[in-house]
Parts: sequence; structure tokens; C-alpha cells
Amino acid sequence: MSATAASLAFIQIVVMVLLTPLLIGLIRQVRSLLEGRAGAGVLQPWRDIRKLFGKEPLRAPGMSWVQAVGPVVLATSSLLLCALIPLVGTVAFPLIPDDLFVVVGVLLVGTVALALVGLDTGTAFGGMGSSRHMMIAALVEPTVLVAIYALSVPIGSSALSQIVNSKIESPVTVASPVSLLVLVALSIAVIAETSRMPVDNPATHLELTMVHEAMVLESSGRDLAWLELGSWLRLGALLGLIGSLAIPWGLAVEIAPIPLLVGSIMLTIKLTVLGCILAIVEVFLAKLRLFRVPELLAGSFVLALLAVTASYLTVPA
Amino acid sequence: MPDAVFAQAIGMCSAVLLLSAVLLVWRRAQVSALPLLALQGLVLAALVAVMGIQQGSPELLAIAALVALFKGIAIPLALARSARGEFGGAPLINTATSLIAMAALTALAYAVSSPLDALGSGPTIQAIPIGIALVLFGFLLLVTGRHAIAQLIGFLVIDNGTATVAILSSGGVPIIVELGVFLDVLLVILILYVLTGRIQDEYGNADLDDLTELHD
Repeated sequence: MSATAASLAFIQIVVMVLLTPLLIGLIRQVRSLLEGRAGAGVLQPWRDIRKLFGKEPLRAPGMSWVQAVGPVVLATSSLLLCALIPLVGTVAFPLIPDDLFVVVGVLLVGTVALALVGLDTGTAFGGMGSSRHMMIAALVEPTVLVAIYALSVPIGSSALSQIVNSKIESPVTVASPVSLLVLVALSIAVIAETSRMPVDNPATHLELTMVHEAMVLESSGRDLAWLELGSWLRLGALLGLIGSLAIPWGLAVEIAPIPLLVGSIMLTIKLTVLGCILAIVEVFLAKLRLFRVPELLAGSFVLALLAVTASYLTVPA
Repeated sequence: MPDAVFAQAIGMCSAVLLLSAVLLVWRRAQVSALPLLALQGLVLAALVAVMGIQQGSPELLAIAALVALFKGIAIPLALARSARGEFGGAPLINTATSLIAMAALTALAYAVSSPLDALGSGPTIQAIPIGIALVLFGFLLLVTGRHAIAQLIGFLVIDNGTATVAILSSGGVPIIVELGVFLDVLLVILILYVLTGRIQDEYGNADLDDLTELHD
């Protein structure tokens, strides 16, 4: 049992590491095309990350060990996230439960590591980015928790693999009111958590409006490569979670070559579609003022809360 | 229609009603509130149609078509014509507070509708609290809106809520009563619509804060 679960985790990590740079490249390419630019091609993030991994990191005097450890912690937490979330298949792990609270905890470890990296340099922009990032994280984590909790109420288990499994078994629940509210709430939360458009502009060059970019301003070389890869994997894994909850079919429920292949292809399709939607929506959005971000996140939290109320309501008597 | 599909359809309709109401309170000061109002009307029509198909009654289907025509298309279009841009001043309480108030109102709706369990436990009975929540949201919009059109939207949400409760609890009232209520609401909307236009022509905007004093 543990060997099969470990192999599934390994496959998920390999697939996600291969796919997410392409996903980022796809998002950037779609945005470029819609904005009338030629774009750098889907493979550009791969080239960037290869180049960065070959360069030595430059660290200013006075930077502590956090600058070296933080990026690796972020990347590790993202890899763990890819292993825990049911992306290719739904097999429960005996050792580390793929419990909702474990997943949110791992997510938060990565967030804190990134914020510490931003603070460690002691520059104004790094600290500003970190404080903004922590504010957003503090508002997003409850939404993610409450939203998935709403899905776990009818099943009686907060393990993500069981939630997705039950959705595969009874396809009627996929289009239920609870799922709809949860998906809307979760999408807003994921967009905020991964520093995408209405909350943070990933393509900005204006330091005063940065959130994610401000934290990685002082990192370079391998450090930057780990930070970028870790952030991309987070986005990929969370989009994959939304995909698995919205369209659970095609996920491998047993470890065999063909279901795993089907699961990987389905994951690729889902990430492609979600990436295109994200890019298209981003083109039409302007960045929100920072002080209006809590309003957006309060809205998503209320939707998650309504999902919980509705999930208690629709439990079959 | 099989029972599972019927339950799903009722659940889905009521969820979209709730979702559109939340988004409506969120975006109430902007013109984008009107498409949401139209969406709410169309979903209400879909709910009536689902009930009609389940009970095999052509009356309900006719009502569904009327609801779609008026609440989904005509009234939002009329409001859009008279709105012309933003709806003036900000609401009395800020958006975050009103969103949290909505969560509390939903909980209240569920709490007060617990006696309805005596009616049974079908999907329609389980969705009634959402109708009550819509009525409460409408009151919230009415109380906190500053602009005549924002208040009209609140009034329409209350009406959508009562219609939802009526259709879910009794499978629709007789068509004569339904039509009577419907014409009443339509008349009120038309009067308010004309009134808003007059206010706007007289004062340049329809901010109700300007109407607190009497003038010669």
C-alpha cells in the first residue's frame, strides 16, 4: 500500500514539475497574443529556470542563512503539495494523511518561507511585499479551509482523496449548490494566494504595487530559481485541485499504467484549459487597490461560509 | 423527470439565486448589478419551469415564460435605461460589512425556517431558507441603499425572494393570484421608474439624501 502511494506521489511530482513551467509559459503566451505582442513562446519559463539554476546566487553582506534555506523550503513545500493533492490519482497515503488541514498547513509553510526571504534582505520593498503577502495569506487561508470543509461535510472525512473519490462515485454531487459556491470561493482564494491578477500583477515593473515580485527582488541565481519554481508549482497544484474538484473524472483510482496515463493526460488538459481561462480573464482585469483586496477576500469567505450552511442543509435526511 | 435530477435542478437553481444575490450586494453601486438582477430573474424562471415540468402543469410553464420575460429582460433593461452610469453615492455601510451581514442573515434565514421541517424533507423544502434569505437580503439593500435605483433593486430582490418561497413551499399559487401579484409588482416598478426619472430630471441625480428637506 505504501509503495503504491509513494509511486503515485512520485509520478504526480514528476508530472507537475514537467508541466507547471509549460503552464506558466502558456499563460504568458496567451496574454501576449491577446495584448497584440508576439510573446516569448511556451518554453521560455523552462529556459529561464535552466539558466537560473546554472548561476551562482549573489548575496549581499549581512544576509542570513534564511536567504539560502527559504527558497528551498518554499520549493519543498510546493513539491509536497503536488504529492498530497489528488492531481493524477486518488490514493490515500498511510504515513502523511492528505487531510485538508495538512494541505493548508503545508501551503502556509511555503508562504511563511517566502515572506521570511523577503524580510531577510532588509530592503524596504522586500519588507513591504512580505507584509502584504502575509495580510493576503491571513485572509485566504480561512477561505480555503472553510470552502473544502463544506465539501467534506456530506462525506464525513476531510481527506482530499476521499472527497474526490466520492465525487467520482456519485457524479450527481458535482453539480450541487455546495460545489458551485465552493468553486467560486476557492477560485478567488487561489488567485489571491498565488499572486495573480486582480490582487497582484505578476508582470509589473513598478515596485510600489508589487507583492510577490517585491519579495524576490533581491534573490538571484539558484535562490531565485527555487523561488520561481516553488511559486509556479503552487499555482499549478492549486489549479489542479480546482480541476479535480470541478471535473473529477479521469483521475486514477488504482495504480496501474493505463489509469495513470489517462490521469496525467486529463491533468494536462485541465491545466491547459484553466491556464487559458486565467490568462483571458487577467487580460480584462485591472489590478485592485490594495485596500480593496480585503473586500474581495471577504466576499470569497462569505461564499465559502454559505457553502457550509448549504452543505448542512442538503445532507440527505 | 427522475427524482435525483429534479433535486439537482432545484439545488442548482437555488444556489445560483443565492450566488447572484451575494454578487448583487457586492456590486450594487455599479451598473454591473443590472445583469446580475437579470440573471436572478432568469434563474427564478428556470426554477418555476423545473417545478412545472415536475408537476406536469402547463400553467407553471406559462408563468415561467412570463417571469423570464419581465424579470429577466424587461425590468433590467428599463432600469439600465434610467440608470445612466453609476448609481450615485456609496451605500451606507461598506461592502465588507454588508457581505458579513449577508452571512449572518443567511444563518438567520436557516434558523427561522427550522419549523418548516414539519413539511417534509424534499429538495424543495430544503431550498426554502434560500428564498427567505433573499427577502432578508432585499431588506438589507433597501435599508442601506442611498440611490433610488439601488433601492428599486432591493425591492425586486424581496419580490424574487417571496416568489421563490411561494413556488417552493406550495408548488406555486393559483395562476390568478400569481398574475395579480405580478401585475402589482410591475405597476409599482413602473411608478418608481417614472418617479426616479422625475427626480433625476429635477435634481440631476437620484441620491435620496437630497430629499430630506421640503422645498416650496
